[in-house]
Amino acid sequence: MLDIEPAAPPSTLKEPWGEPPMGMLAELTHRCPLQCPYCSNPVELERVAGELDAAAWKRVFAEAVELGVLQLHLSGGEPTVRKDLEDLVGEASRLGLYTNLITSGVLLSEARLLDLKRAGLDHIQLSLQGATALTGDRIGHYKGGHAKKLELAKAIGRAGLPLTINAVVHRQNLDELEGLIDLALACDAHRIEVAHVQYYGWALANRAALMPTRAQLERATAIVDDARVRHAGRLMVDYVIPDYYAKRPKPCMGGWARTVLNVTPSGAVLPCHAAQSIKSLTFPNVQDHDLAWIWQSSEPFQRFRGTDWMPEPCRSCSFKEQDFGGCRCQAMALTGDAANTDPACEFSPFHDLLRLTAEDEAASEPPAFTYRRPLANAPAMGTPGLVGATKGMS
Amino acid sequence: MSAARTPVCEDAIVRLAPYARLKEDKIRQCMVLLAPERVLFPCPTTVMILERLDGSCTLRAVVDRMADEFEAPREVIAADTLRMLADLDRQALLDVQPVETGHARH
Repeated sequence: MLDIEPAAPPSTLKEPWGEPPMGMLAELTHRCPLQCPYCSNPVELERVAGELDAAAWKRVFAEAVELGVLQLHLSGGEPTVRKDLEDLVGEASRLGLYTNLITSGVLLSEARLLDLKRAGLDHIQLSLQGATALTGDRIGHYKGGHAKKLELAKAIGRAGLPLTINAVVHRQNLDELEGLIDLALACDAHRIEVAHVQYYGWALANRAALMPTRAQLERATAIVDDARVRHAGRLMVDYVIPDYYAKRPKPCMGGWARTVLNVTPSGAVLPCHAAQSIKSLTFPNVQDHDLAWIWQSSEPFQRFRGTDWMPEPCRSCSFKEQDFGGCRCQAMALTGDAANTDPACEFSPFHDLLRLTAEDEAASEPPAFTYRRPLANAPAMGTPGLVGATKGMS
Repeated sequence: MSAARTPVCEDAIVRLAPYARLKEDKIRQCMVLLAPERVLFPCPTTVMILERLDGSCTLRAVVDRMADEFEAPREVIAADTLRMLADLDRQALLDVQPVETGHARH
């Protein structure tokens, strides 16, 4: 029998700290020309002065390869604001990493795209905020952005670079989902990622403006199911569901510190991009430690790794090796304790509140967006909890 | 938009999609197949087949050569190979071209 299913790597590599990471998300900067209210970056964005320079990133890439990382996702913010991006892609490619650029596309010229291809870029993920310029530009808060993205998508095709369309969907653009899939086909993308908003950072602050109704969710799921059949072999449709309406939690990041790691613009290393919302943990920085020590031995990476840390109801749950108790950051944000079962799980005592919160917010008139921008320019805002318990933002 | 795709069959020229890369993983000491947001760990037989899909000839010729080389029943090799490749094709990991446009040597 031939086996090509995704599988665990050879078990000879089992170490006390688990397995090597397969992917690294490098947030090269938090600067971004778009101001999407669904952004999962932290509300307190990092400043340009604190960003790692190219030499530091190159060292981190080399350490990542030594540790076992295979895929590098260059993200942000908007990674193309970095003038040294070609240099970084070139080094990552030389090291043998599969390089993926996650971009809004509005700053990327065709000439620079070709430079990135020459540097060894493997793949581009281009975000679309809607299927129409009216919706896309309103959500990204960037006039003319949608048209620039479509121009870039054509240039990506001419350059022969593989393209994924990233479509983050929510109550204010779900009615354009079929149009988004059609655009992905028209752009000759080989893949579209339809991802319902995950409520962290700015997205959590904007939750009431983004939460879909259950009817919207069901329609979206039917559209995705249909597109998967109709475009099989031509367009992969990956789908991330909104866990506020789920019964089972998502296996967040494939389990805490299990397969991927995230490096912030200033070099903090996190098991997931929202982990700094867990204030009781102090995350190590690549400027102080090498990546192998951070992954294998640092306290925050060990804290929720595996299943030994779990309290009930996770500890005795038969799903604990599948979903790892869900998301620690969501447990923190909505229950006040990162070690609690993710309230997306039906066995969480907070689960009914989560569902009621979603239904309540989705049924209400959406409030105005709080657009993502540096805090000094942002209006004061609160971070919502569950119904009946609104917490102030520190 | 592109035209309808060619299904995986012995008359087609089949190779990995341009965004899929087969690579040796020195840390895990195995071969890996890398694609956007995906890492696959193919078994050694799958690796052997994928390494032969260099775009220079039809799948029929690839199967013929493997049957010769391993002195194995051709129909068994063909069935296993087609099944594995159809699975990869469903995951949009293959480039499948009809032979007319593929400049193939038969």
